[in-house]
Amino acid sequence: MLKLPIYLDNNATTPMDPRVLEAMIPFFTEHFGNAASRNHPFGWEAEEAVDYAREQVAKLVGADPKEIIFTSGATEGDNLGIKGVFEMYSSKGNHIITCTTEHKAVLDTCKHIERSGGEVTYLEVKADGLIDLKELEAAIKPTTILIAIMYANNEIGVIQPVKEIGAIAKKHGVLFFSDAVQAVGKVPVDVTKDGIDIMAFTAHKMYGPKGIGALYVRRKNPRVKVTAQMDGGGHERGMRSGTLNVPGIVGFGKACELARLEMADDAARLSKLRDKLETALVQLEETYVNGNRDHRLPHVTNISFKYVEGEGLLMGFNKHIALSSGSACTSASLEPSYVLKALGLGDDLAHSSLRFGLGRFTTEEQIDYTIKAVGDTVIKLREMSPLWEMFKEGVDIDKIEWAHH
Amino acid sequence: MAYSEKVIDHYNNPKNVGTLDKSKKNVGTGLVGAPECGDVMRLQIEVDDATGMITDAKFKTFGCGSAIASSSLATEWLKGKTVDQAVQIDNMDLVEELNLPPVKIHCSVLAEDAIKSAINDYRKKNGLVELVFEEKIH
Repeated sequence: MLKLPIYLDNNATTPMDPRVLEAMIPFFTEHFGNAASRNHPFGWEAEEAVDYAREQVAKLVGADPKEIIFTSGATEGDNLGIKGVFEMYSSKGNHIITCTTEHKAVLDTCKHIERSGGEVTYLEVKADGLIDLKELEAAIKPTTILIAIMYANNEIGVIQPVKEIGAIAKKHGVLFFSDAVQAVGKVPVDVTKDGIDIMAFTAHKMYGPKGIGALYVRRKNPRVKVTAQMDGGGHERGMRSGTLNVPGIVGFGKACELARLEMADDAARLSKLRDKLETALVQLEETYVNGNRDHRLPHVTNISFKYVEGEGLLMGFNKHIALSSGSACTSASLEPSYVLKALGLGDDLAHSSLRFGLGRFTTEEQIDYTIKAVGDTVIKLREMSPLWEMFKEGVDIDKIEWAHH
Repeated sequence: MAYSEKVIDHYNNPKNVGTLDKSKKNVGTGLVGAPECGDVMRLQIEVDDATGMITDAKFKTFGCGSAIASSSLATEWLKGKTVDQAVQIDNMDLVEELNLPPVKIHCSVLAEDAIKSAINDYRKKNGLVELVFEEKIH
């Protein structure tokens, strides 16, 4: 049976798995203790639950439980990981390498570092959204302390060559930080095999609760330390003070365990559905998939429907289908997605894009419905589009002198 | 952000979508906006030379729902007005009628520009001096 509305914005956040909620509930009321209370059973059981969850989280990414620092989410993880390294390793250097398609939590943190006397190189990406490894290696200099490259992109889903980046970092004695928010729980991530030294990820992108995330910080080969960004009780090995969010941590642990056990099946099912959706939609004329299609998350596709504006397109079905657009018609700047522009897409194609993010609870009926709804709306809006009419008449739109406003 | 009922109605049932023959002397065409900005509006008027009355108006718009609604409503308002009356249409009238939020005011400005541009195209074709409009802040 078709279930409406359809949620295809799983890169923004995922619904919580009911099994996760079930695991969390006792820790709000019954087992409410502070995990740092060492003198009574309330504290002990909270600590025990946190320890167990820490193991579940660590196991998903091939880490040791001691290497997991709980945070409030990936924005905090990105800040703590990057600023924490910048401050801790200031005697070694002040140069960081990142790329232009990173999440704002990384880019804005890097801007902050530039204002604090750091130097940041922003690598361009290729037309498929991946960085050029030769450019990365060439950008390393004696003062480089950190490479910060995301695991998988949130808008187009492309997966960076993480292992190769890790190897380059190791060869040059530079630390490798990765924002792996979109990848953890969706594709196999292993900090050892991937050569990652510091990694941020979060629960609410993998069917866990909002407000809880983790920073992986390597303890050997090399032993990494990050300077705390908040002062307080010295929790989490002194790197992140603040009373632990026990119910959140329990839920995060459960979500990681479920992901570890079900990832392969989920990925196989979702990539089939994603391919069905993509194959059907690119049958429409002048429709393009953005980003590398081979190195990509299994549940994501980003498609540009030329001559149709993304937000207008969403309006055709947003009562029943939740999606994101690369257009930014609502923002004051009117600037479309910087990620799509970094791929070299013209503003017009960037304005015409939709991101489809499937998830654990997406059904085939929902995908069939989406194919029809999106296709019908594209056709309807093209009938209404002056650009489509010009295209059909053979007018070269790029040659028109548009009045920019 | 939720759209107003009126915007949704114009989006679902746009009025006067289409194309007038721009080679005709009594048809004025305004093409404003830019693909890079995410909005392009083409608005056309057909004028009865004898009475100066706008007998038909058509639009095609590439843009968000508010841009489509602004241009759809503009064509409705244009029909039956004289060219001189049409010049008086102000973007804020569109904003009010459609309940556009502040971030969508530029859609109404674009529709006003399209009207003026169509009128000037008509005037130019008919040997009249083009009107000069004060630029609005977009």
